[in-house]
Amino acid sequence: MNILIKNGHVVDPANKVDEKLDILISGNRIAGIGKPGSIGSEGAQVMDASGKVVVPGLIDMHVHLREPGYEYKENIATGTAAAKAGGFTSLCCMPNTNPVNDTGSVTEFILSQAAKSGSARVYPVGAVTKGSKGEELAEMGELHGSGCVAVSDDGRPVMNGAIMRRAMEYSKIFGIPVLSHCEDANLSAKGVMNEGALSTELGLRGIPSAAEDSMTARDIFLAELTGCRLHLCHVSTKGAVALIREAKARGLAVTAETCPHYFTLTDEAVRGYNTMAKMNPPLRTAEDVQAIKEGLRDGTIDVIATDHAPHGMDEKTVEFEYAPFGIVGLETALGLSLRLVQEGVLSLTDLVRKMSLNPAVILKINRGTLSSGAEADITIIDPDLEWTVDAAVFKSRSRNTPFDGWKLKGRAVQTIMGGRV
Amino acid sequence: MSLSSKDLLGIKGMSPEEIRLVLDTAASFKDVSERDIKKVPALRGKTVINLFYEPSTRTRTSFELAGKRLSADVLNISTTTSSVVKGETLLDTARNIEAMKCDVLILRHPCSGAPAFLASRLKSSVINAGDGFHEHPTQALLDLFTIREKLGTIEGRTVAIVGDIAHSRVARSNIYGLTALGARVRVCGPATMIPYGIEQSGVEVFYDADRAVDGVDVIMTLRLQLERQAAGLFPGVREYARLYGLNRDRLSRAGKNAMVMHPGPMNRGVEISSDVADSSSVILDQVTNGVAVRMAIMFLLSGGAKAEAS
Amino acid sequence: MTMNEKALILDKSGIDRALTRISHEILEKNRGAKSIALVGIQKGGVHLAGRLAAKIREIEGVDIPVGSLDITMYRDDLGTRKSQPVPKATDISFDVQDRVIVLVDDVLFTGRTIRAALNSIMDYGRPMRIQLAVLVDRGHRELPIRADFVGKNLPTSSKEKVKVLLAEDGEEEKVVILAE
Ligand SMILES: [Zn+2]
Ligand SMILES: [Zn+2]
Repeated sequence: MNILIKNGHVVDPANKVDEKLDILISGNRIAGIGKPGSIGSEGAQVMDASGKVVVPGLIDMHVHLREPGYEYKENIATGTAAAKAGGFTSLCCMPNTNPVNDTGSVTEFILSQAAKSGSARVYPVGAVTKGSKGEELAEMGELHGSGCVAVSDDGRPVMNGAIMRRAMEYSKIFGIPVLSHCEDANLSAKGVMNEGALSTELGLRGIPSAAEDSMTARDIFLAELTGCRLHLCHVSTKGAVALIREAKARGLAVTAETCPHYFTLTDEAVRGYNTMAKMNPPLRTAEDVQAIKEGLRDGTIDVIATDHAPHGMDEKTVEFEYAPFGIVGLETALGLSLRLVQEGVLSLTDLVRKMSLNPAVILKINRGTLSSGAEADITIIDPDLEWTVDAAVFKSRSRNTPFDGWKLKGRAVQTIMGGRV
Repeated sequence: MSLSSKDLLGIKGMSPEEIRLVLDTAASFKDVSERDIKKVPALRGKTVINLFYEPSTRTRTSFELAGKRLSADVLNISTTTSSVVKGETLLDTARNIEAMKCDVLILRHPCSGAPAFLASRLKSSVINAGDGFHEHPTQALLDLFTIREKLGTIEGRTVAIVGDIAHSRVARSNIYGLTALGARVRVCGPATMIPYGIEQSGVEVFYDADRAVDGVDVIMTLRLQLERQAAGLFPGVREYARLYGLNRDRLSRAGKNAMVMHPGPMNRGVEISSDVADSSSVILDQVTNGVAVRMAIMFLLSGGAKAEAS
Repeated sequence: MTMNEKALILDKSGIDRALTRISHEILEKNRGAKSIALVGIQKGGVHLAGRLAAKIREIEGVDIPVGSLDITMYRDDLGTRKSQPVPKATDISFDVQDRVIVLVDDVLFTGRTIRAALNSIMDYGRPMRIQLAVLVDRGHRELPIRADFVGKNLPTSSKEKVKVLLAEDGEEEKVVILAE
């Protein structure tokens, strides 16, 4: 079946497109793209995209889908449904499931579940070390062979520098990036929020910025030593942004992501012991938020990902120290990121680059463009639609968000994956 | 005038007027404790529950006595005797307690914010009896009461708080209370135990105890948790005692008739020498005043504010 | 709702005459000042107790102990009030055991304050006898309580208020009825 998306404002950074165009989808592919009215629409379902922005399907390269093992928080069906609702057509799922995705069989299980019930494409990330214990390398060859597009021990850092070095070296065999959760666990210790005047006031153990900065520095030096493609997850500090900027200036193959909460909220959101504002890395200061925005603006930070981390309401309705880290993000990420465009931090093109093209390039997956002949993964965004976040209607199985009740402007109104609406 | 909240979660956020109201009310209740019949019917028919997730005989006893002297029915639930050990959540435990028609819930908990967590979910008045490193408001109120009783005024006094400020809820509550009432506060301890940004609460930071106590009116020494050594916060007890322990010699640098306070229980010979503890301190007055202050708090919370909240 | 002064009941000299008479009655009833102590109920009764003591000194030439009693902690309406009353000073610096305690209050109304005062004073010991002196008895009793010494009996409507203003509080001295 054919679909003609008419009169949309098409933003496709890969092809330097930023204008009003029509797109014809034939089957699962993009069959043509051209000036409004230039493509015949006989027999095609016409989708009027006037006033809308048409972009390559969004890609979230940092999601915790929780299946296998923690299906009460999320499963592949609900997680990908949330992705679709949020405008994402592809996502990477982190390996900290139970069992950890450190063998081909787990990867294959995830892929088969995704094929059965997925509303978005799922690209598994394999573990760096067996059981993500940080001791012995996982069999990356098998993981890669089974479909993993990257490796990571996300959820925790690879504390041993020698192991990280070997992991970076070994990953080069397969040309896959190492996604690093940068945290010196000795420095963060039992910390539960950003270390600062507020943690002192609230009497909560702090996680200093230095816990992230020092590990970011280590990994950058290891990337230099090994020539590995290093991708830094969820950058939250001013210090890390500066380190990455400097690494890029030296020509290292380092890329980085941040998450909407790190450029939207500060540690003040924790006040009142709000467990919905508890995540790792923690929400930082206004100065860090500023630095993150600057890093996004000047290209130091390549990617906006969600670190979607679903948790049950019972798990979050406890003492702050006992609550798990993490928030859901798939259904709020686009609305929050569009604020950057509204504030003038990013152009629409740059936003699409960071939410679609760049992740595709880093992961070497053939997505993130609207080229003729490409898979028809397309997100249609209404940039003017004002809406209120209502966690109760999330497609995700979990509702742990600090943004419930927020008024946002702009959201995905149509998510097309492989030509399917 | 009455307290603006149904709960007492911390000193931070209390106005100087509210703090003075508590101290003035406590003065009346102290008189009650000095009579032969140490009981008034003010909270007759009310139920007060002490829910303690940390062992603390001293604070629990003080609250228990305060409740009983107000004629309330007082029940103690501690981690070792309740379903808490079976893994029930704090909220479930508290809801069960509330179902027993508890009017005042007194909570001691190792997690900062646990009382605030319950207060926003329960109709009962919640009194923070110490939460994590956050606050221990009744301790600060009894300290303020004791200072005012001994020195007449708090405004313009200089108070040195010496010890592990980072992990002390007593220090935080006292800093807020003392500065609210116009005292100058110095905090002193090893740099490893001075928390980030504490100077933003209006205190002066010292690492040198001799300089910190120089000329002060009041010295509060904090209990040193010996397990902090394993966490690398201080190299050893001997050095700590030498650098930060309060002994005769160090005390002589303070103002004439300086008061020595300690929230208890003491490590004699570590943060305070025995001769200072026994001869120069008001530690036992603090204990006595603790009952009066807690009576005042329970009395003030069990009246007006609660009616407004419901 | 504002209350206006409806009638002047006693002026300065009227109050003074009433107190003088009460002083004589107290001495007469107790056959002198021996073992008497006066206890003023906060807040209106405290100044009156002081004045009665001064008059008794004039008449008998002896100083009798005077105390003050705050009944806040003994009220029966603590749980239902909108805002908690702040306790004022209680000062009973003498032994109440085996004494004649004369409770002093400005206005006797429902009797609930006196009930609380009786409970309170007995927590200080066991007096031989307790008597009650009031400047004004305005009726409307809710408890079986009566005064031994009354300055003025005053029939009132329960909607009215009786106010005793004294020089000690910086007021022009008088007793008035207030009504809407
Ligand atoms: Zn992570
Ligand atoms: Zn993550």
